Amino acid sequence: MNTQSNTMPASPLGSQVPAVFAATRPMYWSIRREFWENRSIYIAPLAAAGLFLLGYMISMIHFRAKLRAAAGDQALQYNLIEHSYMLGAMLIMATTFIVALFYCLDALHGERRDRSILFWKSLPVSDLTTVLSKASIPILILPLIAFAITAALWIVMWLLSSAVLVGSGLRLPVESLHFPLVEMALVLLYHLVGIHGLWYAPIYGWLIMVSAWARRAAFLWATVPLLAIGIVEKIAFNTSHFAGILSYRFGGGEEPMGSMGSKATSIEALLIPNMSLGQFLVSPGLWTGLVTAALFLYLAMRVRRSRGPI
Amino acid sequence: MTVIEARGLRKAFGKTIALDGVNLRVEEGRILGLIGPNGAGKTTALDAILGLTSYQGELRVLGRNPWTERDLLMRDVCFIADVAVLPRWINVSQALDYVAGVHPRFDRAKAESFLAKTTIRHDSKVRQLSKGMVAQLHLALVMAIDARLLVLDEPTLGLDILYRKQFYDSLLNDYYDRSRTIVVTTHQVEEIQNVLTDVMFIDRGRIVFSCSMEDFESRYVEVMVNPEQIAAARALRPMHERPVLGRSVLLFDLASDGGVNQKLDRQQLSVLGEVHTPSLADLFVAVMSQQGGTAPGAAR
Repeated sequence: MNTQSNTMPASPLGSQVPAVFAATRPMYWSIRREFWENRSIYIAPLAAAGLFLLGYMISMIHFRAKLRAAAGDQALQYNLIEHSYMLGAMLIMATTFIVALFYCLDALHGERRDRSILFWKSLPVSDLTTVLSKASIPILILPLIAFAITAALWIVMWLLSSAVLVGSGLRLPVESLHFPLVEMALVLLYHLVGIHGLWYAPIYGWLIMVSAWARRAAFLWATVPLLAIGIVEKIAFNTSHFAGILSYRFGGGEEPMGSMGSKATSIEALLIPNMSLGQFLVSPGLWTGLVTAALFLYLAMRVRRSRGPI
Repeated sequence: MTVIEARGLRKAFGKTIALDGVNLRVEEGRILGLIGPNGAGKTTALDAILGLTSYQGELRVLGRNPWTERDLLMRDVCFIADVAVLPRWINVSQALDYVAGVHPRFDRAKAESFLAKTTIRHDSKVRQLSKGMVAQLHLALVMAIDARLLVLDEPTLGLDILYRKQFYDSLLNDYYDRSRTIVVTTHQVEEIQNVLTDVMFIDRGRIVFSCSMEDFESRYVEVMVNPEQIAAARALRPMHERPVLGRSVLLFDLASDGGVNQKLDRQQLSVLGEVHTPSLADLFVAVMSQQGGTAPGAAR
């Protein structure tokens, strides 16, 4: 099997001839490793989709009758069709967001708790690769998984509702709706990658850094200092800039309090971006966020380097 | 070629000094045992060598700075830090996949053939394996890596005697050759005595004793002294004296001055009683008691 070692000369110099390195892909395998360890990355959104589908199937029982009743009434049609698509997307999105938060809090904490950091550090994988592979899960992988599962859910929902209507003479009034499915999917992808991935990146970065640093109670370290800063600022200066920054970040770039009121009444308003792709890509909020995230991840890498089992 | 070279290696945790100016040099092909009481600084020294902790002083491992180049260093260095560091959620074939995916010098076929000799199944998760099997799995992964330096920190802690024996047998028969270097720490000194080529004792952050095993065997002698000759024996300045079954066993360093301005030799000592080579553990106790006070029960 090992022709390489067979052809090596038996002289003591033999071992000093650098062997040809087999091609390795540390980043790829580090990300795969995360899937092995954290199966909730895909199981949780799949479960949410399954649960939603179950509810949707039950709602199909009276679908024909409801669709007849809604003929000509756009608001009712919206509620009947588009609304459930949005609701399904929201459920999966919320699930993956929660998974992302918990994933980040455990990312560099779990390996110290179970001592396996000593095993990972015995392999030629740098701290940078490790931290980046872990950060890529909430920033890139989870939004894409959420999109794929939502898209699949929508297709199944569409097939189901079409099947229910077969032979009834009714058809889905897609063209009268606010969004056709494909366009909705594109908006969803933009929202997931843009807001849930890139816009929230500093949140994930902060959590990953805390998970590398905290010895225990990573959740408390991640939240209490932020609360404390907000409260101290309020008492000391009677301002709430820090709270404003946080709610600006969590609100996906919405002005903290202002414009939310009117739009938030419909679920789709939460999905529809309040700026175009071009505006988003040049918005200072995105870039300050990404720089902050990079800073947190850099610190996480530095901290991990000197950390051992706890 | 020098594999590890440390000069004035220091490390303090707050007020506790873990390493207090360690000087160390390990040449290629040696099997070095690093022996010391609990808290002597063994693990800190190994951590520094492996790039797991920062330090003051000078340290080169295979010509690299371990603290800044850990990931590159780990292509040529393997370590088993402790028995239970394999993640409990991983299964055997995932572990093989992962190491094969990230390590350029991992020979998967070799690991598989080693595992085939055990009862470990490929679909078992680490949490389902016994402690001894986890150690076998880790050893299989490590032995399949064509590394130049292997560091073992208490590799057999908590294993039963069969696994411990098997562990060192595999290491010597299937892994070690003269181009590899092994550094091992353990409390089970007796078990590695005949494995080592060199030995160092470390106490309170300092190397207090260092010699090759060849020197050790020619240089140190233990005599179970006949009761009537005990006074004469004590006059030869033994390093250490301990009672065994009502008789005294004295340990002599043949390289030292026997108090009469002449070197001791075996012949001279054999007159006093039964002469034999001491065990490393006995020498360790002698050296530690010369150091003046140490943790009780060390090296046992």
